[in-house]
Amino acid sequence: MAEQRSGSGSGSSERPARREGGGGGRRQYFRRRKVCKFCTEKIDVIDYKDFRLIGQFVSERGKILPRRLTGTCSPHQRTLTLAIKRARNIALLPFATGT
Amino acid sequence: MRKYEIIFLVRPDVAEEEIDKLIAQMEGVVTGTGGKVEKVDKMGRRRLAYRVAGHREGHYVLFLIEAMGDTVKEFERRLKVTDAVIKYLAVRVDEDLKRAEKYKVWRAKQEARRPRSKATPAASPAPPAAAETA
Repeated sequence: MAEQRSGSGSGSSERPARREGGGGGRRQYFRRRKVCKFCTEKIDVIDYKDFRLIGQFVSERGKILPRRLTGTCSPHQRTLTLAIKRARNIALLPFATGT
Repeated sequence: MRKYEIIFLVRPDVAEEEIDKLIAQMEGVVTGTGGKVEKVDKMGRRRLAYRVAGHREGHYVLFLIEAMGDTVKEFERRLKVTDAVIKYLAVRVDEDLKRAEKYKVWRAKQEARRPRSKATPAASPAPPAAAETA
């Protein structure tokens, strides 16, 4: 009997679903886990002509947003940077805005 | 042969027919130096992000060509000489496309591998449902 029970018990090894936010210390607001937009949407080539997409990764002042704010992965951030710089070169994106 | 993408900005006060004429001329440059024009796209009149030669708007024209470097050199020289063109950018794209192709293949492989592990739990609920209906 006992042997049987232990045998059936080992079969189901389900882990509890992981909670969002990581837990631990108290936080004032919920921080959503940031994921790379280009990975999730499967954009292989970041086109410098697509300024609507690229414009999301630029601050109001025209600066390139850092990875820690946008959640972009490292390889994509590198290609994104290049795309933004190209877009700036042909006046699709500003070098600087505001005063 | 390499693939290049050349985009250039034409002054906003230039008429459409003139732009068409310019495009035809540039196509002639590409074919004349042993290149191939893959695509020509008039992206139309757009607001510029900053002033270029005193203009706040401009016509964007995109060329996708397959050619050698000399063609691009000549192309750029012609753009520089043309008064109607205020800005241009030539980018080599074949390596990026190749890398994208590689990613696509890799992703297809990953996708082919993943469903096998996912399919088994998805398949098991199906038989009980069939039993219920029966």
